[in-house]
Amino acid sequence: MSDPLLQPRPEGLYCPAGEFFIDPMLPVARAVVTHAHGDHARSGSGRYQVAAAGIGLMRERLGQDALIDAHDYGETFRMGEVEVSLHPAGHVLGSAQVRMAYDGRVVVVSGDYKRDPDPTCVPFEPVPCDVFVTESTFGLPVYRWPPMAQVIDELLAWWDDCAQKQIPGVLFCYALGKAQRILAELAPRTERTVHLHGAMLRLVESYREAGVRMVPTEPVSDSARGRDFAGELILAPPSAAGSPWMKRFSKASTGFASGWMQIRGNRRRRGYDRGFVVSDHADWPGLIRSVEDSRASRIYVTHGDGDTLIRHLRDLGHDAQSLRVLRSTDNESGG
Amino acid sequence: MHRFAALYAELDRTASTLAKREAIAGYLRDAPAGDAAWAVYVLGGGKLRRLATSTELRQALAASTGYADWLIDESYEQVGDLAETIALMLPEGDGSLADEPLQTWMEQKLPALAKLESADRIAQLQAWWRALRPAQVFLLNKLITGSLRVGVSHRLVVQAIAQWSGQPTDLISHRMSGPWKPAADALIALTHAAGDDEHLADRPYPFFLASPLEHEVETLGDVAEWMAEWKWDGIRAQLMRRDGHVGLWSRGEERLDGRFPEIEGAAAALKSDGVIDGEILAWDAQEKLPRPFTALQKRIGKLKPGAKLLASAPVCFMAYDLLEHNGSDLREQPLRERRDMLAALIDGVDPALMLSPPVVADSWATLTVERQKSRQRQTEGLMLKRLDSPYRVGRKRGDWWKWKVDPYTLDAVLLYAQPGHGRRSGLFTDYTFGVWDGDTLVPVAKAYSGLDDKEIGQLDRWIRAHTTDRFGPVRAVEATHVFELAFEAVQLSTRHKSGVATRFPRILRWRTDKGIADADKLDDLRRLASG
Ligand SMILES: [Zn+2]
Ligand SMILES: [Zn+2]
Repeated sequence: MSDPLLQPRPEGLYCPAGEFFIDPMLPVARAVVTHAHGDHARSGSGRYQVAAAGIGLMRERLGQDALIDAHDYGETFRMGEVEVSLHPAGHVLGSAQVRMAYDGRVVVVSGDYKRDPDPTCVPFEPVPCDVFVTESTFGLPVYRWPPMAQVIDELLAWWDDCAQKQIPGVLFCYALGKAQRILAELAPRTERTVHLHGAMLRLVESYREAGVRMVPTEPVSDSARGRDFAGELILAPPSAAGSPWMKRFSKASTGFASGWMQIRGNRRRRGYDRGFVVSDHADWPGLIRSVEDSRASRIYVTHGDGDTLIRHLRDLGHDAQSLRVLRSTDNESGG
Repeated sequence: MHRFAALYAELDRTASTLAKREAIAGYLRDAPAGDAAWAVYVLGGGKLRRLATSTELRQALAASTGYADWLIDESYEQVGDLAETIALMLPEGDGSLADEPLQTWMEQKLPALAKLESADRIAQLQAWWRALRPAQVFLLNKLITGSLRVGVSHRLVVQAIAQWSGQPTDLISHRMSGPWKPAADALIALTHAAGDDEHLADRPYPFFLASPLEHEVETLGDVAEWMAEWKWDGIRAQLMRRDGHVGLWSRGEERLDGRFPEIEGAAAALKSDGVIDGEILAWDAQEKLPRPFTALQKRIGKLKPGAKLLASAPVCFMAYDLLEHNGSDLREQPLRERRDMLAALIDGVDPALMLSPPVVADSWATLTVERQKSRQRQTEGLMLKRLDSPYRVGRKRGDWWKWKVDPYTLDAVLLYAQPGHGRRSGLFTDYTFGVWDGDTLVPVAKAYSGLDDKEIGQLDRWIRAHTTDRFGPVRAVEATHVFELAFEAVQLSTRHKSGVATRFPRILRWRTDKGIADADKLDDLRRLASG
């Protein structure tokens, strides 16, 4: 494909007319970064354009010395001959869709996004365009997210159950975005303190600094050695499961918060006691709705196995194509 | 049915035996008796016959969602379970049928579904789905397709009923042996307090099961306090004659009546009534030896065997124990007395009814020598029974030991299958088997060989139709089939999730006569490994 606004390259998605990459995997001169997840924000590039709302997280990720220009949502800036603006994607704090206008055409790269309400970030904003690039992490009609209030009900019931049994409840969830969303959703419902794995501390702090209201938190490492954490809720990244860190929670009930938990087989196979359906990606109706909202005449599907979504969009009469962009194993935002 | 759907979800989500028992007991407490009786039926593995085909379910789903067939297929590929795929894809229903009792579904609505013409059945399914929440849709679909597997053991259901009703577990267990009639009066009868004249005319007693001997035989003390007999390898059963009526029950609590007329004939010829515990064996009268299990399998499947089969595959009942005589329960009497009465009862009645001969030895050393002859006698080893022991319920350790000759054997449930290579590539021939750890089945052995081509083909087709999950080439299957495995040794292992590793496991045979509740327990393997 030889689009002046969009070209897949080994480094990532390239915009020839603007001479920049979106979420490059390798160091490049000029990068526009949609959000701070590790598979999108890579350090080592010359100069970065990001959304102002996520500047704190980006500094965490890209390093304090990185050259970063922050832009308000909707503000237009020039890259080469292209007019660029960033628009809320509703994925995590500071996540953005990239709108590119050139020669009378508009292309929107939506990055990772979701349509469900999330108290930790500005909701997704539909941006009309000619070409819409969408992810398809959950590109099957079996993925439909339950209302978050219902999931929080289940989570609180599980927490109470752990309290009654005098055991800790360890909830595994991704450290950036998912953890803060859960802490924020809990805030209007409880005042109880949640304990955090070390990998989450600075990220939670960044969210607090950005003004996101969450329940009180405390590092696990602040507790005395012998503490049994009976009846306490602990948040930890999935990588902590099965690690020596878990030894002090030997009797714990374990849970996992992820969109993949929608499927019973996944819940059983993962070996956690409980699965909670929480995702920072769009579900199937969210994907379809976003494509419709874009009113684009061409749809590119990226990120994940998008063949099902493409075929379905074609059935619906859209011109949908696959856009293969390499991503490392998605170990931070996957689900 | 919302209540039962919630119970199912709770049982599905928790791995804790205690939590499962609490959940079942809680359900029994809250549900109307008619519903609770059906719940006991379903929890015990009872099924309705298949009421709609998967094609009809797919057609109904396509009509309800407007999704293309290929999209439904791809979703099903991903989820691996049609009932769940449907529940996940449908628009959420309004719940207006959620309060309809389980009993009404089981006794009226579902049987009526089967009688409809296909097109009406599809329309009916759609109407029900519109009126139910996703968890209820899932349960309904499972009931309709006869594929509901709850994953609780019979024992756990018995314990939950005992907890709810406040009656002793043994009493409930006894009353529940035999087929369960899902009706309110049966549930009430099950849980009333025991009367002295409790009449259990058509029910077998719960079987007493031996545990594997893991220590030196000398640790059992004085050999004179023990009776040894061969560990015969057939179908464990109870042969009963009460008020002149003869019945034959397998350990799986299945009625075998009609299948073994020569044994029933022998019971009819008894001088008095009684309930005998023993083993059905295919018997070679000339050699005075059992014939291979496959000979017995010919008979198991045959409800009314013809004269030709009776002549070519004769059977006998090898009697171990006498549990009841002329209506009085002997189970609390010591074994030595029960054996004497047994010998007197069956002496000279009929060659098809034999007393399992004691293996007499004056020391453990002589007995150890005798045990070496087990294979020649076509047996699996020796049984050691304390002469003072009562006839207990279930697998209680201490009084009855099975002292098998090597290799060790174990009854395990098929959990996963994977295609083989070479001659059998494309067929599922590499199997993983599991045993019970509490109420979950944990994998303990992988085995490849041991089945014949016909069995492999049969199993292959079954696996394809009953896959619950896929991991690359590996398929998880519904826990249904029990296999007897032999292995050389078992060791403790931290690398295995089960904590044990079996050495050189192989399949001895497919135990079509056993249900998954009969599979062995991980604790026994662990003990074997550490002992
Ligand atoms: Zn991503
Ligand atoms: Zn992301």
